[in-house]
Amino acid sequence: MSLLEVNNLQVQFETTDGIVSAVNNVSFSLEEGKILAIVGESGSGKSQTVFAMMGLLDQNGHATGSVKFEDQEILNLSISELNLIRSEKIAIIFQDPMTSLNPYMKVSAQMAEVLIHHKGLSKTDAIKQSISMLDAVQIPDARNLIRMYPHEFSGGMRQRVMIAMSLLCHPKLLIADEPTTALDVTVQAQIMHLLSDIQKEFGTSIILITHDLGVVAGNSDETLVMYGGQVMEIATTELIYASPTHPYTQGLMSAVPRLDDNAVKLKTIQGNPPDAMLDPVGCPFSPRCKFSKDICSTHTPELLETGENKHFRACHVAFKELL
Amino acid sequence: MIVANKNKIKDMAENLSDSGPGRSLWKDARMRFMQNKAATLSLFVLLVIVAFSFIGSHFAVWSYERIDWNAVGSAAKVGMPSIETGHYFGTDDLGRDIYSRVIQGTQISLMVGILGATVAVVVGTLYGATSGYLGGRTDQIMMRIVDILMSIPYMFVLILLLVVFGRSIIMLFVGIGLLSWLDMSRIVRGQTLNLKNKEFIEAAQAIGVSDYKIIMRHIVPNLLGIVAVYATLLVPGIILAESFISFLGLGVQEPLTSWGALIKEGSNTIMYDTEWQLLFPLAFFVVSLFCFYFIGDGLRDALDPKGR
Amino acid sequence: MNHETMMQVENLKVHFDVSSEGDMLWTKRKKLQAVNGVSFELKSGETLGIVGESGCGKSTLARAIISMVPAETGRVLWFGKDLLALNKTEMRKHRKEIQMIFQDPLASLNPRMTIGEIIAEPLKTHYPKTSKADIKARVGDVMNKVGLLENLINRYPHEFSGGQCQRIGIARALILKPKLIICDEPVSALDVSIQAQVINLLMDLQKEMGLTLIFIAHDLSIVKHISTKIMVLYMGNIVELAKSEDIYNHPRHPYTQALISAVPIPDPKIEKNKDLILIEGDLPSPINPPSGCVFRTRCKKAQDICSQEKPELKKAASSHEVACHFND
Repeated sequence: MSLLEVNNLQVQFETTDGIVSAVNNVSFSLEEGKILAIVGESGSGKSQTVFAMMGLLDQNGHATGSVKFEDQEILNLSISELNLIRSEKIAIIFQDPMTSLNPYMKVSAQMAEVLIHHKGLSKTDAIKQSISMLDAVQIPDARNLIRMYPHEFSGGMRQRVMIAMSLLCHPKLLIADEPTTALDVTVQAQIMHLLSDIQKEFGTSIILITHDLGVVAGNSDETLVMYGGQVMEIATTELIYASPTHPYTQGLMSAVPRLDDNAVKLKTIQGNPPDAMLDPVGCPFSPRCKFSKDICSTHTPELLETGENKHFRACHVAFKELL
Repeated sequence: MIVANKNKIKDMAENLSDSGPGRSLWKDARMRFMQNKAATLSLFVLLVIVAFSFIGSHFAVWSYERIDWNAVGSAAKVGMPSIETGHYFGTDDLGRDIYSRVIQGTQISLMVGILGATVAVVVGTLYGATSGYLGGRTDQIMMRIVDILMSIPYMFVLILLLVVFGRSIIMLFVGIGLLSWLDMSRIVRGQTLNLKNKEFIEAAQAIGVSDYKIIMRHIVPNLLGIVAVYATLLVPGIILAESFISFLGLGVQEPLTSWGALIKEGSNTIMYDTEWQLLFPLAFFVVSLFCFYFIGDGLRDALDPKGR
Repeated sequence: MNHETMMQVENLKVHFDVSSEGDMLWTKRKKLQAVNGVSFELKSGETLGIVGESGCGKSTLARAIISMVPAETGRVLWFGKDLLALNKTEMRKHRKEIQMIFQDPLASLNPRMTIGEIIAEPLKTHYPKTSKADIKARVGDVMNKVGLLENLINRYPHEFSGGQCQRIGIARALILKPKLIICDEPVSALDVSIQAQVINLLMDLQKEMGLTLIFIAHDLSIVKHISTKIMVLYMGNIVELAKSEDIYNHPRHPYTQALISAVPIPDPKIEKNKDLILIEGDLPSPINPPSGCVFRTRCKKAQDICSQEKPELKKAASSHEVACHFND
């Protein structure tokens, strides 16, 4: 049984200029103890997908479809039910930890509050557990640092505090939305290392949302590539990097300069990102695709399994023709 | 994220195909302003009032200083609003035509308000932008001067000026203009400090654009939004100040008049059943103030920098 | 291409005054040493990449070179002439030879000006007598060069995507045909697929117009791709300066080694089996930097000498300079 199953998830926003489709027919599943990476550029709908799952959409947003967590439908639950799941079973960390930390409360108070509220611990026990959790995320001298305010920590430390806080109730699923985008590479390496340690130690499943293909490569079991609100390709991370079968994935991979590569010129994807205002007719990538055919601009390709194990792609053009 | 970018993306798609002139932020703002019904209506009403103050005198039978001897002393019985006598809004106790006097007062009040606000805007914007952009010691000194001027009680100085130098419109302008730019310059300075750290200012410095041109070309145009909003709120403020001064009897001199002076006269005689002497000028005064505030509100919404 | 020396920077130091809680007017302000004695040489036609993490002083260094941030000491010789000794008016004349491209593509364009006005501004500033027709022709020309349609000239910046805005910024930098362009994180705000377009454009333009570039970024893979020479900065000090292949193949400074190891490579086979060199701890406070070698607090090789003596930037191999006591 999968931990999380998402089926035909659709997210729309009502704006003064009409309805905007941010996410279209997204389906995927996540096994227990695995790391799924959702990759995409800005406007691909990767963040809105998880926001919809967690009931965090903006006021004007509206999600349809189905999201099953441990076989329980969690899409569009009431706030009180969602709060329970959000605090005890699914945790989320954001790019900027300051958005979820209260700047006027000491870290100790904020962490203890979670435990007192959800686990019914006494204050001393709650603080004790918080300290051991800060130790677990490798914050040096946690016993003293816990009494500081969030702004007194550096960016990397703050993200560690955030991770520690999200792990307090031992969630089954941790959603990390661009957790290292605001950090320096050396700190990014530390944080990603920490996340994979946590996954091993606590058996937490992780959904990692990022635009950085390098981060995905080292830190995920499965990779889902999104573009224009749709899933382009899903496969195990090894497979998708070794043989990307979608023109967009291929383009993306060759557009990134690699440190271990001496290519003189980068391959580029021509054109600009898609227009979210237009109704999605056909494949969203077709205007920029080198292999685009007539059918691509009229019919949306379905996400189908290619011959290999659990490798799905949404493209009208046969894989052979792409080579 | 998507929602914020949506307009941009949409425009981009259009851009690639057509080549007409671009849609400036001003055009955008105008469209949003037009969608605000209260603001558009207010603008319309205000324009009608302004037009009335120029055209209205052509329909007047009596000029604003001519005395109708029939009505002198018996305004309550003879001087009521009527079409036959030509006193559309009635007369005052001295037998003068309120209709003409309201038109005259409207001109004076609006002129004081708009000219005063213009002086305040121009001086305040330039002063604030210069102070904020140059920063450092210059900024310190310039802002301390503003602080000192601000600590002087505004009304007190104004009254003193009028008493010492005599009551005249010029003096009124000088007094109001001298003091009302202070708030403006503070607001503008704050905005300039914000703008100063924007990369396009740095870009202009790297190109080698002179400080004067950076202020005039890059800072001031980007301040105009907030300045426009503040100016529409400043106009009624100045009209109010002028009315207050006139109400005290220190404003414009007879036979010229203004809303404040008319309201004062009207309110003095209210017990003699001549309520029209108060109600007509008061109606113009209140409606105009409402209009200015609604327009200011609409402008603020239209120029709201959110989503940019 | 002749490789004459274009710019020589000697012992450049920049500091900022920082105020802290409880400071009074007369309290002596603490100093934050943003750039601490940087010296290097730039030859024409080169691309010098400057990498380092946030707060290492890379942007300040670039701004100090063109006197947008006042330097404390040091010289910046531009074809033999010290730029820092010039007054404002004299410096303005040299600004047309050195242009800059910024990080945030939209924020670096004045929202109230049309694209045409933005691109023409350097031209109008330095050659105010240019005729209107001439300006229009030059603007159209340079727009073509960066891949923008000429008929967009009357549009406003907010009508463009990030990638297009960055092209506008590049066009503005190119219109005076400068000798040197300083690119401050020009692609870090852009999407991956757009990043590649902009990098290729910069490289093509460099070849075509014989430009010299200073390319600042925190992303080592991009810097390595575009640069001929790389300077690694740590807390305002150069720790290593070498050809870009050498930096990647034979990094000598422990910090460079850790930096390179931390850059993720988009290949699961390599990435999952990599021996990661993690740097422990946080960046020390820049107001109170460590004595001796600034990296010693986080360095595995650190010995007593590192806290006593500041390592000089020394030649370790041909055109490979390192500032470390233990480079072998």
